[in-house]
Amino acid sequence: MVIKYLLEKEFKQFFRNKFMPKLVILFPVMIIALMPWATTLDIKNINTVIVDHDVSSVSKELAETVNASSYFKLRDVVDSYEEAMTLVEFGDADLIVEIPAGFGDDLTRAGGSDILAAINTVNSTKGVLGQAYLQSLLQEFSARHVAASSAAALSPSVNISVKNMYNPLLDYKYTMIPGLMMVILVLLCGFLPAANIVQEKELGTIEQINVTPVSKFTFILAKLIPYWAIGLVALSFGFFLSWIIFGMVPVGSVLTIYFFSCLFILTMTGMGLIVSNKSSTMQQAVFVMLFFVMIFIMMSGLLTPVESMPDWAQAIAAFTPTKYLVNVLKCVYLKGSTVADLKTDLIALSVMAVVLNTWAILSYRKNN
Amino acid sequence: MEREIVIHTEELTKRFGNFTAVDRISFDVYKGEVFGFLGANGAGKTTAMRMLCGLSRPTSGTGTVAGYDISRQYEKIKSSIGYMSQKFSLYEDLKVWENIRLYAGIYGMKDKEIERKTAELLERLHFTRERNAMVRSLPLGWKQKLAFSVSIFHDPAIVFLDEPTGGVDPYTRRQFWEMIYEAADRGITVFVTTHYMDEAEYCDRVSIMVDGRIDALDTPANLKAQFGAESMDEVFRSLARKAERSE
Amino acid sequence: MRQFGAFIRKEFFHILRDRRTMLIVLVMPVVLIILFGFALSTEVRNVNVAILAPEPDDMTRRIVERIDASEYFTVVRWLDTPTEIHETLRAGEAQLVVAFGQHFSGNLFSPDGSQMQLVVDASDANMARSYISYAGGIIADFSREMAAGTGTSAQEGISSSVQFLYNPQMKSAYHFVPGIMGLIMMLICAMMTSISIVREKEMGTMEVLLVSPVRPIYIVVSKMVPYFVISCINLITILLLSVFVLGVPVAGSLLSLCLVSLLYIVTNLSLGLLISTMANMQVIALMISGLVLMVPTMILSGMIFPIESIPRVLQFVSYILPPTWYIAAVRKLMIQGLPWIFAWKETVILLAMTIVLIATSLKQLKHRLE
Repeated sequence: MVIKYLLEKEFKQFFRNKFMPKLVILFPVMIIALMPWATTLDIKNINTVIVDHDVSSVSKELAETVNASSYFKLRDVVDSYEEAMTLVEFGDADLIVEIPAGFGDDLTRAGGSDILAAINTVNSTKGVLGQAYLQSLLQEFSARHVAASSAAALSPSVNISVKNMYNPLLDYKYTMIPGLMMVILVLLCGFLPAANIVQEKELGTIEQINVTPVSKFTFILAKLIPYWAIGLVALSFGFFLSWIIFGMVPVGSVLTIYFFSCLFILTMTGMGLIVSNKSSTMQQAVFVMLFFVMIFIMMSGLLTPVESMPDWAQAIAAFTPTKYLVNVLKCVYLKGSTVADLKTDLIALSVMAVVLNTWAILSYRKNN
Repeated sequence: MEREIVIHTEELTKRFGNFTAVDRISFDVYKGEVFGFLGANGAGKTTAMRMLCGLSRPTSGTGTVAGYDISRQYEKIKSSIGYMSQKFSLYEDLKVWENIRLYAGIYGMKDKEIERKTAELLERLHFTRERNAMVRSLPLGWKQKLAFSVSIFHDPAIVFLDEPTGGVDPYTRRQFWEMIYEAADRGITVFVTTHYMDEAEYCDRVSIMVDGRIDALDTPANLKAQFGAESMDEVFRSLARKAERSE
Repeated sequence: MRQFGAFIRKEFFHILRDRRTMLIVLVMPVVLIILFGFALSTEVRNVNVAILAPEPDDMTRRIVERIDASEYFTVVRWLDTPTEIHETLRAGEAQLVVAFGQHFSGNLFSPDGSQMQLVVDASDANMARSYISYAGGIIADFSREMAAGTGTSAQEGISSSVQFLYNPQMKSAYHFVPGIMGLIMMLICAMMTSISIVREKEMGTMEVLLVSPVRPIYIVVSKMVPYFVISCINLITILLLSVFVLGVPVAGSLLSLCLVSLLYIVTNLSLGLLISTMANMQVIALMISGLVLMVPTMILSGMIFPIESIPRVLQFVSYILPPTWYIAAVRKLMIQGLPWIFAWKETVILLAMTIVLIATSLKQLKHRLE
C-alpha cells in the first residue's frame, strides 16, 4: 500500500506547518461565529433627522415614536430642510421627515395630514424597507390620534394570520448560517489543494515523485484525502459552533448533510486539481480559483435568492455546485428535508463530482 | 565478452516548437558502468535525460531503458530507475528518516525492511545523529549525499544523476564520487551529467553533447588520444568551440 | 535610476508573460460588475404558491386568480388537506401556502370578518417578509375594492409622500458599484503584491535582488508599479462599465473620485507589502490576504450589508478595514455627487492608514534585512 506512505507525508507536512492547523479552527470561528451577526439585511437604526415646522405636542410625540422604534434612530430635530440635507450629505442621516406647520391640529381635528419624507436610496433595499417601516409607523401613529368614528360596520374584512414556517422569528442569522458553511468548504477544499500541488511544482519536488512508479491516481488520492478530512473536520466544527452560539441544530438528518457535503467537497477538490494541473505558478492558480470562487459564492443563493435572478443568471447558477449545496444545507438545517426531497441536487452534484474528477485525473500528466 | 546493454537509443529527438533540443542521438550504456553525459549549458543533456526517465516524451526516435520502451512503457521504466534532479528535491519539511521512508514506501518496500535498511544507511553515511533532523537544516553537501542515497535506496538497475555535485565543496565531491563507485560496484548503472571535467575523468565512458547532438563518445583515455589532448578539459573545449548555441 | 527602470521592466515581463493571470485580472471586474449589476437582486418574481381552500367558491377563486395574475406569484398547486402544507413547503414545491378559513365567503361581511392563513417558508427570512407583504397587499387591495363596491370607505390618516434621494429608480447597482471597486482593487493590489514578493523569497531570488546595488526599497517599489498600473486599468474599466452598461453615472467630480481611488490603490499596495514581510510562504500570504482581507471586506465593509445593522463590536472591525472608508467616499463622490469636502474624513483616514502601513512594513523590512 503505497498510499499509506504518501498519506503519512501529507499529514506530517500539514501538522508541521505553523499556520495550517490553526486555519482549520480559526476559519470556521470567523465564518460561523462572527459573520452571521453582520450578514443581516435587516435594516435597523436608520439615522433619521426630523424637520419640525409644527412644534406641537403631537409633532414632539411623533419624534419620540420615531426614536423609540428599533428601525429608526433620531439623530436631530432641526428647523429647515437645508439643515437636514447637510446632515444627509455628510452621511450622518439617511432619512428626513418633514412635519408641516399645523400637523397636530390637522391630524386631531380633520383626521388627516400630509408629511414629506426624503430617504437616501443609494442602498435601494434600505430605501424600500425604510419607506415601508415609516409608513407603518405613521399608520399606527395616526390610528392612535384619529377617533375611530368612521369605522364601517359593513366593510368586508379579511383577518390574515401569518405562520412563518422553519424560522418563526424571521431571524436572518438562521437564513445565513447554513449557507455560510458552504463558504468554509469552498475556501478550505478548493484553494488549499490547488495551492499545495502548485507549491510542489514550484519547489520541484513533484518531479521526484513523477520518476517513481506511483500511479497518478494514487498520488492524487493521497493529495486529496487530507483535504477531505480537513473539510469535514472544519464543517463539524462549524456545526458545533452554530449549536453552541446560536442554538441551531439541523431539523433533518446530520447524515444527509454529511453525505451532500462529501459530494460537494469532491467537486471542489476536483476543480482545485484541474486548476493546479493547468497552472505553473501559485499566483496563477490562486487567481483562476479566485475568479471561479467569487462567481460560485455570488451565484449560490447565499447573498440573494437564486429565484430572484434573471433567467440567464439562473442558467449560470445551475452550473455552480455551490447553488445546490446551499439549497441542501438550508433545506436540511431548517426544513428537515430528506434525500428524497433533494433529488435534483443529488443528481446535479454527483454529475459534477464525476465530471470534474475524471477531468482532473486526465489532466494530471506525469509525462509530457 | 558481450556486455549487457541497459540503455539503448536510436535517433532520439525532442523538439519544442521549431527548437530542436535533442537531435537524433544514438548510444548504448552497459550494465554496471559509470556513464558520463557531458555538454555545455543548453546542449540538451537534461532534456535527453528526462526522456530516458519517462518524464518527457520523445518527438521521434526510439529508446529502451532496462528493457522497456521509453515512448510506450515509461511507467514500467520507473520502477527500475532512480533519479536525482539538479534541483534539490527531497521534502525540506520532513525529517531525514521520513524522507527515506517515503521514497522506500513508494517503491514498494515493507516497513520492517525499510527500518533495517534505514539504520544501515544512516550508519554508513555517519548520519545516525541526524536521523531526526529536519532536512531543511542540513548543509548542502549532506543534502546531496542524502538525495543520492535515497535515489538508490530501492536498488534500481540504473540511477540518473543530473549535475549532482553542483555547488558542493571539493572534499564532499570526492566523497560523493566514492559513493557513486560503491553503487556501481553493486551493479547499479550510473548515468551522470556534469560540468566538472575532473569528474569526467572518473567515468568509465563519456559522451559529449554539442547543440543537441553527441559529438564524441568513448573512454576518457581514448578521447584524449583522439583529440591529442592532455586532459578531458581540453577535449571538451575543442568540441565546445564549435557550438552555435549558448545560453 | 536606470537600474530601477530595469527592475520595473522585469516585473512587467513577469506579469505580461503570465497570460492567464492577466486575463483574469482584467476580466474579473467586468464579470463582477455584470453579476452584481444584473444578476443579484432581491426582487420577488414568480414565487410558487399553493392554495388550500376547503370550500372553493366564486369568491375564493377570484382571490386566487388575483394572486396568480400578479407578477410576484404563480399558483402551482391546489392542496386537499392541511397535512399537505408542510410536505409541499419541505419539498420546495412552493414557498407560500394561502389557506382560506372555514366559511370564508360567508364570513367576509360578518363583524368578525373571515379568516385566512399565509404559511410561508421562512428559511430565507427577508424573502419571507416580502412574500407576506406582497400577498397581504393583494388581499388588502381586493377587500378595498369590495368595500368600494358596497359604498364604505376607509379612513384617511396620515398620508406621506416620499422622495427618493440620489437613486430615484431604486437600482441596486448604485449600491454595489462602489463596493465592487473597493473589493477588486484590494484583491489585485494587496493579494497579488504580497504573493509575488513572497514568491521571490520562497524561490531564493529575493536574495539575488537584494545583493544588487539597488536599494531594497526600490526593489519593493518596482514590484508595486505594475500592479498600480493594472489597478488603474481596472478603475477605468469599472467606471466605463458602470456608466455605459449599468447606467450609474459619475454624479460628482471625476477628478476627486480618481484622486481618492489612487490613494486607495496605494493603501492596498502597502497592505500587500506588509503581508509579504510577515509571510515566508506563498500559501500563507494567500491565506492571510484571503482571511484577513477578502472575507471581512465582503461582509463588514458595508459593501453589501449596511454597517449600521452590524453589532457594535464588529463595527470596530469595519472601521479598521480600508475598503470601508473608500466605499463610503465613493458613494459620496460618485453616487451622491457631493463635492470633495464632504468626504474629507474618509480621505484623511485612508491617508493615515497608508502612512502607518508603509512605516510598519519598512520597519519590518529593515529588520528582516539586518
